[in-house]
Parts: sequence; structure tokens; C-alpha cells
Amino acid sequence: MRRYVIKRLAQAVGVLWAAYTVSFLVLNWLPGDPVTAMASAGMDSGDVDPARLAALRHEYGFDKPVLVQYADYLGQAVLGDFGGSVATGRPVTSTLADALPQTLQLTGAAILLAVLLGGGLAVLATYTARRWLRQLLLSLPPLGVSVPTFWVGLLLVEMFSFRLHWFPAFGNDGLKGLVLPALTLAVPTGAQIAQVLAKSLLTALDQAYVETARAKGAGRWRVHLRHALRNASLPALTVVGLLVGQLIAGSVVVETVFSRDGLGRVTAAAVTAQDIPVVQGVVAFGALIFVTTNLVIDLIYPLLDPRIVVASDRRAALA
Amino acid sequence: MNALPAFRAPRWAPLAALLTTSVLLTACGSGNDSNSGSSRPKSGGTLTFAVGSDAGCVDPQQVGSNESIYSVRQTVDSLTDQDPRTGKIVPWLAKSWDINADATEFTFHLRSGVTFSDGSQLTAQVVKDNFDAVPKLGALGVLAQGYLSGVKSTTVVDPLTVKVTFREPNAQFLQATSTHSLGIESSASVKKIPQQKCSDGVIGSGPFVLKQYVQNQSITLAKRTGYDWGSSLWSKKGEAYLDKLVFKVVPEAGVRVGSLQSGQVDAISSVGKANEAALGGGQVTLLRRANPGVVFGLGVNNARPLLKDVKVRQAILAAIDRKQITDTVFPTGTQPATSVLAQTTPDYTDLSSDLAFDAAKAKSLLEAAGWKAGSDGIRAKDGKKLSLTISWFPNAATNQPALELVQQQLKAVGIDVVLKQGQVSQFASTLQGGDFDLVWSNVTRSDPDILRTSFSSQLANFYRLPATSLDTALSGQAATTDTAKREQLVDEAQKLIVQNAYNVPVVELQTQLAVSKKVHSLDFDSGSRIQLHDTWIG
Repeated sequence: MRRYVIKRLAQAVGVLWAAYTVSFLVLNWLPGDPVTAMASAGMDSGDVDPARLAALRHEYGFDKPVLVQYADYLGQAVLGDFGGSVATGRPVTSTLADALPQTLQLTGAAILLAVLLGGGLAVLATYTARRWLRQLLLSLPPLGVSVPTFWVGLLLVEMFSFRLHWFPAFGNDGLKGLVLPALTLAVPTGAQIAQVLAKSLLTALDQAYVETARAKGAGRWRVHLRHALRNASLPALTVVGLLVGQLIAGSVVVETVFSRDGLGRVTAAAVTAQDIPVVQGVVAFGALIFVTTNLVIDLIYPLLDPRIVVASDRRAALA
Repeated sequence: MNALPAFRAPRWAPLAALLTTSVLLTACGSGNDSNSGSSRPKSGGTLTFAVGSDAGCVDPQQVGSNESIYSVRQTVDSLTDQDPRTGKIVPWLAKSWDINADATEFTFHLRSGVTFSDGSQLTAQVVKDNFDAVPKLGALGVLAQGYLSGVKSTTVVDPLTVKVTFREPNAQFLQATSTHSLGIESSASVKKIPQQKCSDGVIGSGPFVLKQYVQNQSITLAKRTGYDWGSSLWSKKGEAYLDKLVFKVVPEAGVRVGSLQSGQVDAISSVGKANEAALGGGQVTLLRRANPGVVFGLGVNNARPLLKDVKVRQAILAAIDRKQITDTVFPTGTQPATSVLAQTTPDYTDLSSDLAFDAAKAKSLLEAAGWKAGSDGIRAKDGKKLSLTISWFPNAATNQPALELVQQQLKAVGIDVVLKQGQVSQFASTLQGGDFDLVWSNVTRSDPDILRTSFSSQLANFYRLPATSLDTALSGQAATTDTAKREQLVDEAQKLIVQNAYNVPVVELQTQLAVSKKVHSLDFDSGSRIQLHDTWIG
């Protein structure tokens, strides 16, 4: 078990480093730099003295060779310091710390909704004996996956905010403001969970142990939930881990449509302004969340299916 | 207001005014006229205004984006104000001023009894502290720094008199003192580091005080009680009508429109042509005004071999059908360019005859320059095709459709155009590097000196103009305080630029806001931004 954990941890650090490095290189390959980006921000605000730009570039260290900049940034980042935003001058860590709670609320609520709705749909679709209902329910997830998130968001706003006045159209205020964005974000996520879970539930229900359970006289619900669902949930759990990354990405769209503050908005603004320190911070942080979630899920597997660790340890023992 | 023809009655003014009166009254109301409802102004209430973006900064001296200027402008006063109708500079914090003959020395006599919201007094020393700090503002302060460039010293003559001296003549400085960028902040504020001013906001003497700033979300301002030194242009004396202003950041245009219609906000910015239909009729007024300054058009790289030939440039000028472009792409009320300056700029000259669409003239100019039409319709000379690139940046939704029309129109006279899209962040470096044929751009500024900044061959000269008599006119207008003489020199400069086609003006940028009918007197200032001191809800 210890080897298994250490190996997963090493992989996690590797992923973090790779994400940081790749994003740094990509940002540096883009033409221009944050200083010229800032100078052209309004675009109509007139001409800028080139000498002043050069001085600013020097101040932020953008005139150094790329490798030196990379080493500087990485060294600081390892110590948890991502520097200051070029556009606003605020430390990156406090910008992220301010935005994080909002995004955690949003993604937390979204994943909860996604698991409940997606899981519920999968269980119901595989449980029902009515063919037409099953067909109907199973056709929903592909629809949910394929409609664009911003469209779902605008539709929900139009319906529940502009027409029915049930929820506010924008802002981070309270639980009411959370409903529509979380629902928007939960649609594609829940749909994917439903797809995977329904498929693996159907497979599980064909297995011999289900026959055995039935033969022993277990009720339909009991067979469905205790026996089949437990085994079928493993692939769905893997998907949830991957979806965390997708949720963070989805927050860029959802936070923009619903005018919510959060990591997504910070990311969108930073990318537009080519604010390298902030983008780097976001990438490193997003990778950290992704890696941590997947690490936790890797560690849950053995609890659900003891064979996973045994296999891993046996391989380790042989090596 | 955009339809108001000019500042100094040109020949066609009466006719144009007659023709456009109806448009004016319905479409471009300056608040009072167009808004119905209760007629008596009353105090109190909260105005909620949805803007499209947040610049991440609440220091008036450091913001350049209109969306942020709308709010932070209300927290500071300026030395002077500029009448949006006449372009005239009028008193605000300065009761009066003297300028020496060659426009190198500006002496301001300050109003007494003005206090900042921290209780400190406005004195000559405070103004000096502000102007001394501006050059050190860093990257975000480029606008303010430009206004003060070439400053030699700011000196305190007596507690209420301050003198600003420049190394070179700088006539634009008077207008510059009316801008938000040179809004006066308390001495305590200007001593802070620029980034701190950005995130914490500043102490000003304005009619509203910053209460709360939540980045990317909202800016909340409260009425300054006891305010009694408003601009001489405002109709209400003393404090503002409104108790509170809340600016919400709502990036999605559709959500802004829906929020206004469903009464969740009282006013919205950045209303495009696509939103007009949804907002037409009902409880909403559309407010429009052309931005002063250099109009949207093709900035010409005059050093490029193909574009060095004046006939080719003039052919481009004549080949563009400006009316078709404004009618097809831009919001209602947008005017085709009639000079290199917008009509709302002081000393604007109407050159619409020079900018008339004339495809036949364009063709004959190209023929005369030796460009003969090939089999594919594209002209060529000495085996070389007449092919040009227009660089553009997605800072407005109208850019691409407008340029696609330009592309078609130029093709019709035999000029091949390739559209090259860049990132907004590359704009400055594109101009500096000079790697462009034509570039789609504009500059908002309500002083004609913007012509010198943009087109003098003695300054940055991003458009690579040769040294000509244009330089003389441009530096001449910067060095005179005689308004008639300045007008005449600016007039000459506009003619030289347009007739030599150093720039190809196309369309005036128009600011369009949508405001609930219960909001009254939400007025544009000279820069086509807003003042909210006189605004009331009822």
C-alpha cells in the first residue's frame, strides 16, 4: 500500500511540473508580452512611448532570456510565490485566494447536482421495466453532453430570471444566485456520469453474481443497488475524477455567462491580458486540484475493489 | 448629440440641424428631453448600472477603459470641465486660469473651500503632488502621462494658485485638465504606490465616494454629503441627487439586455446593433454619442512601397462607400466619417466632399498611377499585383463585418485585400514594429491635438508619414492659445491628412447606452462618458 501511495504522489508532482512548464512555454511563444498587452488594452487610448515600455519590460523581467525567466518563476512557484499580476499589481496568490471560494461553491454544487441527477437517471433508466421510459431516459445524457454550456446558461437565465424572476441573472449573492450556474455546469457533467454509469450498470446486471443474488431471493432494488451498483460505480468514479478538470474549465464559461466572480473569470481576464504570472498561477492551481482529486480517487479504489492494491503490491513484490 | 453637426457653425449646419432634429429628439436624448415620467427631479435612490468588463483598477488616473471610467470618474473632480456641445473649457476646481502666449505656462486659480472625502483641503500643493506623481504611475498611467509629457515643473505660487510649466508648447494641456485621467486626488492617495491605488481606490473630492470594490463583480459608490463644488456645466448645485451608485460587471451582452428589461438593473453599457431590436420601444431609452478623436479608419503605413504613391492612397479613400458600411454593420445613428476627426471633436472640419464614395475616380486614379486591371480583376503594375493587408484586432464586434465590406469595396476597383487578424495585445507592438500596410484603428480624445500625437512625423510617427508642411500645422496648433488661429491650423491639418490620404477615415465610433425610462438626466460628458451628479430616478 505504501509503495502504491508513493508512486501516485510522484506521478502527481510530475503532472504539476509538466502543466506549469507547458503553459509557461505556450505563453512565451505567443507574440507580444503583458506590457504591450497592457499598453494596447484600451486600444483607442493613443500612442505609447516605446522607451517607457522598454523600461517596464525590464522592471517585470520580460527582457531576460526565456530560460532565465522560467527558472526565476519556477523557483518562486515552488515556494508558493507566483509573483504579482502585471495587469493589476496584486499578488497572484491573493487573487486566487479571493476567487477560489466562489468557484469551489459553484463546482461543489455542480458536482453534487451532477452525481445526484446523473446517478439517479442511470439507476432509474436501468431499473425501469418500461421500455419506452428506459429509451427516453437513456436518450437524455447524449443530449446533455452535446449542447454547449453557454447556450444552456443563456436559456436558463432567459427562462428563470428574465421571465419568471425566480433567480438573479448575475452575481455571487447567496444560494439563490448559485442555483442557475450550478445547474448549467451540472448538465454536461451529470450527463457523462449518467452515460458511464448506465452502461456499466447494464453490464453488471448481466453478470453471474447478479444471477446468484437473484437466485438467493434478493429483491430487485436490493440486487440493483447493493450488488450491481457497487461494482458498476468504479468506472463512474474514474469519470468523476476526470470531470473535476472539466468543471474548472467549464467555470470559465459559466462564470462569464452568470457574471460570477471566480477562478474562471480570473482566467479569462488573465489570458486576454496575457498576464503571465496569473495564468501560471491558475494553471498550477488547477493542476493541483485535478491531481489531488485523482489521487484521492486512486486511493478510494482499493476500498471499493480490494483486488486493485493486491495486484499493484504483487507487481511491486515481483519487481 | 452625435447628430449635432459641429462646434463652430459650418455652412451646412442649419440644414443638417433641421434634418436631424427629429432623430435627435427621439434617439439621442440627453436625458431631460427624451425621458418621460415625473417631471420634478428628486433626491435619493440607487442607480444600478451593468457594464461589460472590469479593468481591475479603480484609480481614475490609471484606467483607460470606458466601462471603468463610468464609475470611477464620479469619485474625482478635475481642474476644468469641457462643454460637450461647444468643446469650450469651463471652470470646475479651478475658478480661472492664465496661459502664456506660447502655451508653455499654465496658471490655475483654485476654488477655495474644497475638501476631499478624508477631510483634507484642496490646495495648490495637492495639485502639485498629483502632477508630480503622474509621471511615476507606470504602465497603467500612460494616458495621464501623455497629457503631462514634456512637463518641466509644477510650482506652488500661493496656497490657491499653481503653475505648470512645459519645455515645449503644449496647448492641449488645458483640455487635458478636464479629463478623468488628470482628476485630482488627495495628497495621501497620490503618495501610495500605483498598484495600491488601483486595488484600494483613491480619496477624491468628487460627488460620489468609493464604498466598495469587488474585482470582476461590482463597484459601489455613495453620495458625498456636503459636496458643493460641482462643475459649472452641471444643472444641480451642491450634492448629487442619487444616494448610491452600483456598477455590476455583466460580461454577456444578452444578459445585460435581459437584466435591464426585467428591471434587475437601471442602465447598461455597450449596446450593439444586435441588441437594439430587443430594446426598442417599451421602458428603455437608447443614448448615443459619437466618440471624439480620430475616427475608426485605415491607418496607412505611408512608408510601404505601394502606399508611398499618393494616387493609390487617394484611390482607397474614394473606393470606400462609408454609408453602406455604417448602415449595414453599425448601431443606428452611427455616422460615416466626414473628416479624420469625429464631429464631436473641437475644431472639427467637415470634409465630406473629400470623403465621398466615387468608384470611377478611384479607378482612374489607379489607371493614372499605372495599375492596369488583370484578367482576375485585380490590378497589376510591372508584374506586381496591387495587394494589401489590413491588420485588425478584435476589440469591437463591428470590426470584422466592417472590414469584410471594405475588402469587397476595394476589390471592386481592383485592389486585392487580405484581412489579417491579430490579438488585441499585439496592437501596440504592430504599430511600433511597422509590419503592416493598413491597420484598423481609432483614438478617443476630445482635443484636436490628437492629430499631432498620431500624425506628426516628429513624434512616434507610427504611420511613417514623411516630413511635410503638415508638421508645421500640427506643431503650430500646439503652440497657440489663440482659439481662432488654432482652429485654422487644425482645419489645415485635417485637410492635409485627408487630401493626401495619410489616413483613410471610415466611420465614427459611437457610444451607445440603454437606460430605463425612470432614469433622468444621465448625460454624456465631452469624452462621451457619463456624469451622474445631475442624474435622478423618478
